[in-house]
Amino acid sequence: MSGFLGIVRRDLRLALTGGGEMMTLLLFFVIVGAITPFAVGPDQALLARIAPGIVWIAAFLAMLLGLDRLLRPDREDGTLALYRLADLPMAAIIAAKVIVYWLTSALPLIVASPFLALILAMDAEAFWRTMVSLLLGTPALAAFGTFGAAVTVAIRRGGLLAPILIAPLCVPVLIFGVGAIAPMGGPDQAQAAMLLLAALSLMAVALAPFAAALAIDWGEE
Amino acid sequence: MIDLGEHAQFIAAAYIGVFLGMIALVGWVVVESRRTRKRLAELGDKRG
Amino acid sequence: MTLDDAPKMRWWNRLAHPGQFVSWTTPLILPLTILTAALMALGLWFAFFNSPADYQMGDTVRIMYVHVPSAWLSQFVYGAMTVSALGTLVWRHPLADVAMKAAAPLGAVYTAMALFTGSMWGRPTWGTFWEWDGRMTSTLIMLFIYLGIIALWRAFDDQLRAARVVAIFTLVGAVNVPIIKFSVDWWSTLHQPASVFRADGPTMPGSILTPLFIMFFAFTFLSITLQLVAMHTEVRRRRVATLERKAVRGESA
Repeated sequence: MSGFLGIVRRDLRLALTGGGEMMTLLLFFVIVGAITPFAVGPDQALLARIAPGIVWIAAFLAMLLGLDRLLRPDREDGTLALYRLADLPMAAIIAAKVIVYWLTSALPLIVASPFLALILAMDAEAFWRTMVSLLLGTPALAAFGTFGAAVTVAIRRGGLLAPILIAPLCVPVLIFGVGAIAPMGGPDQAQAAMLLLAALSLMAVALAPFAAALAIDWGEE
Repeated sequence: MIDLGEHAQFIAAAYIGVFLGMIALVGWVVVESRRTRKRLAELGDKRG
Repeated sequence: MTLDDAPKMRWWNRLAHPGQFVSWTTPLILPLTILTAALMALGLWFAFFNSPADYQMGDTVRIMYVHVPSAWLSQFVYGAMTVSALGTLVWRHPLADVAMKAAAPLGAVYTAMALFTGSMWGRPTWGTFWEWDGRMTSTLIMLFIYLGIIALWRAFDDQLRAARVVAIFTLVGAVNVPIIKFSVDWWSTLHQPASVFRADGPTMPGSILTPLFIMFFAFTFLSITLQLVAMHTEVRRRRVATLERKAVRGESA
């Protein structure tokens, strides 16, 4: 357990002290949301209608941005090689990284979402659902993202490829994420979407570390 | 067959598209095969 | 252990040696090509000259004869890639990754053809070239997965190292495909437009089934033939890489 927590502490410290990357991510999320009205027009009704989608797209893109610093720096300075030799199973190490990734990429977005809700003309009801939907769904994005990072860690410029590999896998998360906020079919659909989103997150977080660990090991041999 | 109805252009487009796709696929597979065998022969491999 | 008690080799073990595989399967290529061409010709004849127009859709039903086989093949090839991925990871079969790599571009093209023919079918029948219905959307995502896999293969210099990474990505993709389909179906039923875009096609009398089945087999045999040739090419490509590496190091072949 101490090894696990050690990794969490290390990565948290690196993320928080290392040059304001969290801030950049946050700004990116807000900016994507903020430029939408310039692209689609300031009509309140339209904005309110597409707001859930915009928030989720912004969250997805922001998390993609954070992918490269997940594993590549570790590989470049040799830490990944040490991790592979460590007593702590690789899957546990990856799980620790998923948690830190979520804490440093997703949590700030969730905290910043009120601002987006405001400028995108969301009402209070929709806003709360957005918070819950992000809370439930971003772990899945973190898990899939980590898997994508693991698959591409051994490739030069793999950071370009990772989003392409991850995007199809994340489509269900987006579908249920938006569906949980503003379903066309009424409130029970929102309930169903929330549950499905939670299930997806649980499954992804549970399985991704193992798949990622395998991908890292096999990519390095 | 000759009269394919009012939407003949779409039927034709579909089949031509598939035909071109197949030609491209077969062509690519054949070209790659020939290119690799030539390279292998250049490198002196008798096993082919 | 004498020759008599030596264990009998299973066929998949016999075929595990790449050189053996190539020499044993090369004689199959010509017969398969002829069979494919014959089936295609037969299928086309039935499609255009010996089958009726549908009472609802008119002659556009003939597009189904290329659309359905393309769509089937796109799924089937992914299934084959998944099995090959398991072969690479679980059974470590030496040719499994060759099969997996050869299949990817073929599957991508079939998926693209399925999308294109579906679009051609949609325009006259339902008025639009593209519709975000469950099936078309899932097929589009499938195309992205295929292209991602191809890009992944190309991103690695060492193809043997790439093999297992691609295999695990393929498997994760395979696990996700049902989830994606489910979520896309759920999503498209919510946003159901007035027209129902059903790519199922008409109810199928025998005269329509015949060209469908023939084309189905024609496409399948085309895929098998191309897969075989592509596998041979990949085996040779790896041999080339080895020889080139040796030449650079100054060793003899």
